[in-house]
Amino acid sequence: MAYLDHAATTPVRPEALAALTSAYEQTGNASSLHGAGRHARKLVEEARESVAASLGCRPGEVVFTSGGTESDNLAIKGIFWSRQADDAGRTRVLCSAVEHHAVLDPVLWLGEHEKAHVDLIGVDSVGRVELAALAELIERDPASIALISVMAANNEVGTIEPVAKIVDLAREAAIPVHSDAVQAVGSIPIDFALLGLDALTVSSHKVGGPHGVGALVARRGRTLEPVLHGGSQERSRSGTLDAPGIAGFAAALAAAVECREDSAVRIGALRDNLVRGVLLAVPDAVLTGDRDPAGRLPGHAHFSFPGCEGDALLMLLDAKGVECSTGSACTAGIPEPSHVLLAMGVDPELARGSLRFSLGWTSTQSDVDELLDALPAVVDRARRAGRPRIRPMSRSLGASE
Amino acid sequence: MKVVAALSGGVDSAVAAAHAVDAGHEVVAVHLALTPDPREFRDGARGCCSLEDARDARRVADVLGIPFYVWDLADRFKEDVIDDFVAEYAAGRTPNPCLRCNERIKFAAVLDRALDLGFDAVATGHYATLHDNGQYVELHRSVDDAKDQSYVLSVLRQEQLAHSLFPLGPLRKDEVRRIAVERGLLVADKPDSHDICFIADGRTSEFLREHIGAEPGAIVDAETGDELGAHEGVHAFTVGQRKGLHIGQPRPDGAPRYVVGVDPSTRTVLVGPEQLLRVDFIVGESPIWCGPAPEQGDAVGAQMRAHGRELPATVRYEDDRVEVSLLEPERGVASGQTVALYERTRVVGSATIMSTARQPQPH
Repeated sequence: MAYLDHAATTPVRPEALAALTSAYEQTGNASSLHGAGRHARKLVEEARESVAASLGCRPGEVVFTSGGTESDNLAIKGIFWSRQADDAGRTRVLCSAVEHHAVLDPVLWLGEHEKAHVDLIGVDSVGRVELAALAELIERDPASIALISVMAANNEVGTIEPVAKIVDLAREAAIPVHSDAVQAVGSIPIDFALLGLDALTVSSHKVGGPHGVGALVARRGRTLEPVLHGGSQERSRSGTLDAPGIAGFAAALAAAVECREDSAVRIGALRDNLVRGVLLAVPDAVLTGDRDPAGRLPGHAHFSFPGCEGDALLMLLDAKGVECSTGSACTAGIPEPSHVLLAMGVDPELARGSLRFSLGWTSTQSDVDELLDALPAVVDRARRAGRPRIRPMSRSLGASE
Repeated sequence: MKVVAALSGGVDSAVAAAHAVDAGHEVVAVHLALTPDPREFRDGARGCCSLEDARDARRVADVLGIPFYVWDLADRFKEDVIDDFVAEYAAGRTPNPCLRCNERIKFAAVLDRALDLGFDAVATGHYATLHDNGQYVELHRSVDDAKDQSYVLSVLRQEQLAHSLFPLGPLRKDEVRRIAVERGLLVADKPDSHDICFIADGRTSEFLREHIGAEPGAIVDAETGDELGAHEGVHAFTVGQRKGLHIGQPRPDGAPRYVVGVDPSTRTVLVGPEQLLRVDFIVGESPIWCGPAPEQGDAVGAQMRAHGRELPATVRYEDDRVEVSLLEPERGVASGQTVALYERTRVVGSATIMSTARQPQPH
């Protein structure tokens, strides 16, 4: 078995598991005022401080959520609505064309339902935001922009985005910037204060914590209109706090950030072996994204295999115990052409034959070797299946009089 | 064998997949995304392509412990089945889309892909039986007369049948539901699908009007040539139809009128008495022989509709043309339908009906 899909989710770290199980041994709602409640509250607040230390923000800036998608929705809608409440003229929302659906869809939703004017910021051929294009969009009418959202690193191809430079461009017009750092945290340095962001999304299970928990870091003073209404357990967010999940998340995040540097070197070396090996095994495979390893996440490798369909490759590799991803899939599992690759200008035909391999904290060289052993035969097979066949039909189509 | 089990999300394909697993095959489940908009979530179970069905299919694969994938064949399905359906109606013919789907999607696009990917066969939940007689694979009717689907499979050739598995062949529907319950397949009590899967609300006439456009025309008495009324478009009429004519004046003899012909070029709907519907000579084209071609003049059984009756007949053919002489007349046979030919329970082959006639009666 070779698990090469750490960008989808990564194994739970032992620190997280220990924090989770120990927290589950106690009863307590963090909002209760008695002893049990105080115990749960203590876990949550310790976790908040730990998360703040890991991300370079203040504890009061951490809003615990159910994960990346909720954090992105809260940031996009929450900032848009509160900026609109201050000034109805702020109708524009800018985001990169390669955002995850958890950002892209709320932005488009605002366009469809809240009369927002959506500007998608173009990217270059490696998927990196064109700063000149962004500058031009801002200059057009800075006062009309409610917010800008650009991910810290792309989930499909792993390209690292110039977030600090984007914040610089936005600062002059005092435009808040949100960044989805779900893929980046634990892989590259992310310091909220240093980056000068207004909001930052992070997810627990991508760093080795439990599923269903995450956080939005929101700058102090940044008002967010809530998306979930109720008991106001968190700033701008309601719902009973998942104290064990939050404790597990904080432990995983701390572990991931602590060993980030060494881990990035080790995983990056494995990834470079993988890239070299794939290009050797399948000479016409096309490496997508930034060719400079420093410009992409250490664990990410993304290829297009001409003449193949991604889902055929995925199925054949799965049958050989190699687990990877085609990059994007909708709920029914139907492969759709990746909006990320299309925005990068990848030929749609080539985009159909794409696979993402992502390495993480448990990856070893044997995972890479297993892939390289299986890949040539799998690509041959998928290529055969990619060619359409002609067969006689009972009636030729369009034979109508 | 390595087998692709096509899982629709319904009970039949679920039990078929279960049987393929039990038979010791290495089975991979594949759900076909056929609807133009895969995100559509429809109420109720309507055959093959809602998001709910995809989830049900995935759950079946979970229970059986086999891998599950969705194959997106929406483009092929639109081209080969939906567009064909519309074009046939526009030409005044009456197609059967399920048959086209089997011919061009399930046992063509899907089978080809499966073979190319290294599989040996495709298993489906059709009620029909396969028998390898040593020389070729025979396609037979199901043991369950009420569910028999051999008619919609009569378009399959040897090279397709040789790579097909119909695990439900020896089973009856009630047994299939019982097995589904026993195996904990939650689709056990899902209703059967009856309608055309790509017409979500079941309103075929509206669907056709949307796709063909409604051009009004005349309803004409086939015997007298008199214009009896008007209609809003020929797509709403099919040979043998009695309802929806809205003709004010009854026949002098009081007998009901039926659609006996549709001519899209003049937008005319011809109506007449029931006896005009009776035909006993059928000309078909593009025959498909499931096994060896029959002998000229062979006695066969002929079936013209999915759950229609089988009539005794003889068959002759030359090149692309097939002539089927029925020993007793059948009514309401429309061009575009498929005539399937049987030798006892074995499917001999099929052809698309081009025209029908009444032979002179020997008196």
